[in-house]
Amino acid sequence: MSDLLKITDLAVDFDTTYGKLHAVRGVSIDIAEGESVGIVGESGSGKTVFSRATMGLLRGSSVHRTGQILFEGTEISSLDSKQIREYWGTKIAMIFQDPMTALNPVRRIGAQMSESLIKRLGMSKSEAKDRAIELLTLVKLPEPELALEKYAHQLSGGMRQRVMIAMAIACNPKMLFADEPTTALDVTVQAQVLELLADLRKELGMAMVIITHDLGVVAGYTDRIAVMYGGEIVELASTTDLFTDTKMPYTEALIKSIPRVDRKRGSELSSIEGMPPDPTSNRASCGFADRCPYAVQKCRDEHPQLVDAGNGHSYRCFFPIGGK
Amino acid sequence: MAGTGKAHLRDSPAPILRVENLVIEYSSGRSDPVQAVSNISLELHDGETLAIIGESGCGKSTLGKGILKLVDVTSGSVVFNGVDINTLDKEALRQVRPNFQMIFQDSISSLDPHLTVGRIVRQPLDIWNRGEESERDAKVDELLVSVGLEPKRVKNRKPHEFSGGQCQRISIARALTLEPKVLICDEPVSSLDVSIQAQILNILQEMKVRYGLSLIFISHDLAVVRAISTRILVMYLGKVCEIADPDTLCDSPRHHYTHALVSSVPVPDPTVHRHSAILQGEPPSPTNPPSGCRFRTRCAAATELCATEEPQLRETTPGNYVACHHPRD
Repeated sequence: MSDLLKITDLAVDFDTTYGKLHAVRGVSIDIAEGESVGIVGESGSGKTVFSRATMGLLRGSSVHRTGQILFEGTEISSLDSKQIREYWGTKIAMIFQDPMTALNPVRRIGAQMSESLIKRLGMSKSEAKDRAIELLTLVKLPEPELALEKYAHQLSGGMRQRVMIAMAIACNPKMLFADEPTTALDVTVQAQVLELLADLRKELGMAMVIITHDLGVVAGYTDRIAVMYGGEIVELASTTDLFTDTKMPYTEALIKSIPRVDRKRGSELSSIEGMPPDPTSNRASCGFADRCPYAVQKCRDEHPQLVDAGNGHSYRCFFPIGGK
Repeated sequence: MAGTGKAHLRDSPAPILRVENLVIEYSSGRSDPVQAVSNISLELHDGETLAIIGESGCGKSTLGKGILKLVDVTSGSVVFNGVDINTLDKEALRQVRPNFQMIFQDSISSLDPHLTVGRIVRQPLDIWNRGEESERDAKVDELLVSVGLEPKRVKNRKPHEFSGGQCQRISIARALTLEPKVLICDEPVSSLDVSIQAQILNILQEMKVRYGLSLIFISHDLAVVRAISTRILVMYLGKVCEIADPDTLCDSPRHHYTHALVSSVPVPDPTVHRHSAILQGEPPSPTNPPSGCRFRTRCAAATELCATEEPQLRETTPGNYVACHHPRD
């Protein structure tokens, strides 16, 4: 499989009244065709800014982006606004956490769906309607013909997210970014949507990036997982390795802090004390040092580099769990 | 159950709170009223954490609010220490209220943005005129310390200066100011990051022991609930499906809906392959609930009987109850 998306040393800074906010600090990752990658991190870890930068959605004078984002060999910042419209939808598409605000509240679902089909793919009105029904059937929305006549508020959260997915895959994108796609949904509907995304990925041969704060969500649905903390990737590994051969203390703490439905209750949940690092600081230490149970002086004095442990497994720690 | 019944109520030891046949209806303008809570009975025992779990729209939050009488109750009783609070007049209700407190999902919006944290936590004492000035200040400090905040640093700041997790700590401190007997937590951790979520859950556990609280914990997250509760009550469309201790409920659920809920919870471990019984479709509209068992339209085991007769709660193993005509083995 060849690399579809190649990101090298991506950094994103924002100008704020408190100074420069370093949202993403030197992230490198390659994603192959058809691959499914999870990006996991807490609020403020930079995962959403990373995905928006990759989509080419971050524009404006207060955004400073460095590093490379190559999609099929083309740097996306070199695309002008007409070219980026070509890029969105056919190359890469995105679904968001809150499908209610992503959909237009005053237009019928059918009108919203056919707009892109008519404008982008040059379909006639009736062709667009047929295709919209086909897409809604593909995402297993019950009674697709009726849904076309409805407004977003008449659908449940799960149905709205299915509509969003249908719109995202309308132009057969090569890669789908899903930013917290199930966070606003009930657990039973979450399971349905995750299954649907997995099925669609196989059917359409898309690469998929799931961005989430929930390691449980990505455990069953991804090939690889990148854990982000304080704007950096702190561990990147195959999904199995990440859980069975955890190197980074932060990843370990994250896994331990998740309550599990398949485990008997213990005395106390292990929590990660303290708060994530200040995003405006220029970090000279390990970002996790203040919260890490294994931290020593070196961790507070030096910033660790990403270490390649082989087999596609890398981590950012001086003293990885289980040794180097 | 989507069924009904009171088989699970015990009288001894006397529960701290007993809810019987509670019905809460919302009028919906044109059509018939919606029964958000339909004939629910439950008990809360001293020192217990009773979890109420279910999907959006199942009536779990309304039930919590109904117990506190924050919404009008259509019928049924809520008995606290032998007194039915639905029969109390306004002043008598006010006198009982300090015994119940609630914390909410969105901690930031549940704190008054104009007040300092010190004022927020102290206000209940001022309103009830409890203790001397200095005692009130000492109480505020004690509470802030117990939820892991440093009084000197936080007292003069306002809620917007704090993160979601810190605001939830402040909410907990405020809720405990009047030393309540019952704390109702409505999705207290669902908007928090997992690492912070564990901190808040641990604080709640600690506070429960320290202040002798009984908790009602409303949540949609079965994994969280399993970690902290003593009993779990599963709701579906305003009815009770199953009540059991956490291990029984999660390891061998008897109700088909509980089983589906348990199987849908993602497990953070790629080596665990769980038999996934994904529920199809979504809950029917509560304005026109299915006859008989309300879950039957999505239940693989449903039969004719389920459409005609509403299942009653019955005991399966000691202390565990299910409302289903055809429970799982």
